[in-house]
Amino acid sequence: MRHNPPVPTPLLQANRLCKRYGGASLAVDDLSFEIASGECLGVIGPNGAGKTTTIRACLGLTEPDAGTVRYLFPGHDGVLEMPRDTLAIKAQLGVVSQSDTLDPDFSCFENLLVYGRYFGMRAADLRPRIPALLDFAALVHKADSKPGELSGGMRRRLSLARALVNDPRLLLLDEPTTGLDPQARHLMWERLQVLLQQGKSILLTTHFMDEAERLCSRLLVLDHGKKIAEGRPRELIARHLEPEVIEVYGVGAVALLDSPLKAMAARVELSGETVFFYTHNGQPLLAALAAWPQLRTLHRPANLEDLFLKLTGRQIREDG
Amino acid sequence: MTNQSIWRAPQVSRGWWPVFLRNLLVWRKLAIPSLVGNIAEPLFWLVAFGYGMGALVGHVQVGGTQVPYILFLASGSVCMSAMNAASFEALYSAFSRMHVQKTWDGIMNAPVNLDNIVLAEMLWAAFKALFSVTAILLVILALHISHSPKLLVAWPVLLCVGITFSCIALVFNALAQGYDFFTYYFTLFLTPMMFLSGVFFPREQLPGLVHTLSDLLPLTHAVELVRPLFMGQWPAQPLLHLGVLAGYTLVTFWVALALTRRRFQG
Repeated sequence: MRHNPPVPTPLLQANRLCKRYGGASLAVDDLSFEIASGECLGVIGPNGAGKTTTIRACLGLTEPDAGTVRYLFPGHDGVLEMPRDTLAIKAQLGVVSQSDTLDPDFSCFENLLVYGRYFGMRAADLRPRIPALLDFAALVHKADSKPGELSGGMRRRLSLARALVNDPRLLLLDEPTTGLDPQARHLMWERLQVLLQQGKSILLTTHFMDEAERLCSRLLVLDHGKKIAEGRPRELIARHLEPEVIEVYGVGAVALLDSPLKAMAARVELSGETVFFYTHNGQPLLAALAAWPQLRTLHRPANLEDLFLKLTGRQIREDG
Repeated sequence: MTNQSIWRAPQVSRGWWPVFLRNLLVWRKLAIPSLVGNIAEPLFWLVAFGYGMGALVGHVQVGGTQVPYILFLASGSVCMSAMNAASFEALYSAFSRMHVQKTWDGIMNAPVNLDNIVLAEMLWAAFKALFSVTAILLVILALHISHSPKLLVAWPVLLCVGITFSCIALVFNALAQGYDFFTYYFTLFLTPMMFLSGVFFPREQLPGLVHTLSDLLPLTHAVELVRPLFMGQWPAQPLLHLGVLAGYTLVTFWVALALTRRRFQG
């Protein structure tokens, strides 16, 4: 008898999704991906790349023109499929949408109580659970405050606590940290890491590459509705980019493009007034740059942002 | 995969109840001040208009019976209040929850479908109408305008009137892009209906063509059902009037559901 290594069962399987909104181009174009149990999958891409449409398709809020969305929850018999099993699927999901949908007329406590009822839970069962949820969101002291009295970070954390009210298996988070200050963002990251340690699975869209790199075990890069790259963050960087970057800016930086220095880098990019040298070894280039003391340089490892800009281009998107 | 038709049959379950309860919990915080308004307005209305105009008009002929004007007015305006309360709630308040606060979007991330939300909003607006109606009935009893035991029958009938008008209003809610749109609904639809449905004066005063038009209006049938009950009589054609209200209810609920589905799909 052979022992195969355990294959991680996918929790969610999106297969060849296509969605068109009236216009000529597809919002989502033949997109397939999976989320394994316990995994955090990051979906990154410029505005209009199809991130929110993808989440909406996973939620059954938009019906794809083609393709399927299936869920295989452990312990649940059989495969659940959108839109047939929408309600059974949503019972297992937690959602934080891009804009808050908190109830402005209710306190934090009441927001969680009322939302739990939508899952068919009884108030008597919910009340004992709410203090722990508020504690998780660092909102115990705000239990009686209404969302209008909270900061942006507190509102996002309340949205996250609300998404946890049904103890979901999979969290779908659409830009959960957009608009937050660094402190609030770090607290959100820390909470999400706790959830991952508890074994929850997460699908996350974000514009912050440090967030994607920090939280996500795997990334999906979308542009114009298509998947243009998929993999672990460090592997993607290694696959698509040289390991080191030297940014050069200041008076005369642009002229470097016509200098012999260009040949010392594997790849050179110009963005505005800044020249980016991508290289496997930055030291010779740095030594040569010493001849231009008026230029300012930044030597750093290649990161996810470089990858993102390489794959999706540096031009501003119309709706960006 | 073929996209589902917006005209498919309603898929409702007990999922509407927590949505209804949510609205009830918000309203409970404001119920006492709103009760004051709900009692004060008909009180002023009936005292000023009913007694003032009533002194000029005296009695009104209704189906061969002489009726004091204030009773005539009270029985008509209770229907009008049911209509207005249901319409306000299903337009301005429902639109706030649907479009401005995105409350519906939040609910749909839980296992509650849009059909149940629309049903809950419809029943909620009807409940608000019943609340207004109850306040007015209390005023009417307190002022001894009517104390017919048949008022107990008028009460559920007025709930049905609230249901009818919340269904109609939800059609316009589904089409609205902003609050301004509702002004048209009130000034071009509800206000003329108020004057054509025999709330303030008998429909016999209306010229032929307008009278025929008024036969088609839902408020006319509401008044025709409720006014005899206030007079201690049974309506002459209860099945006709209930049938018309039921027809409006079923058709407009279906249309409202289809248009709301269209609004949320995509």
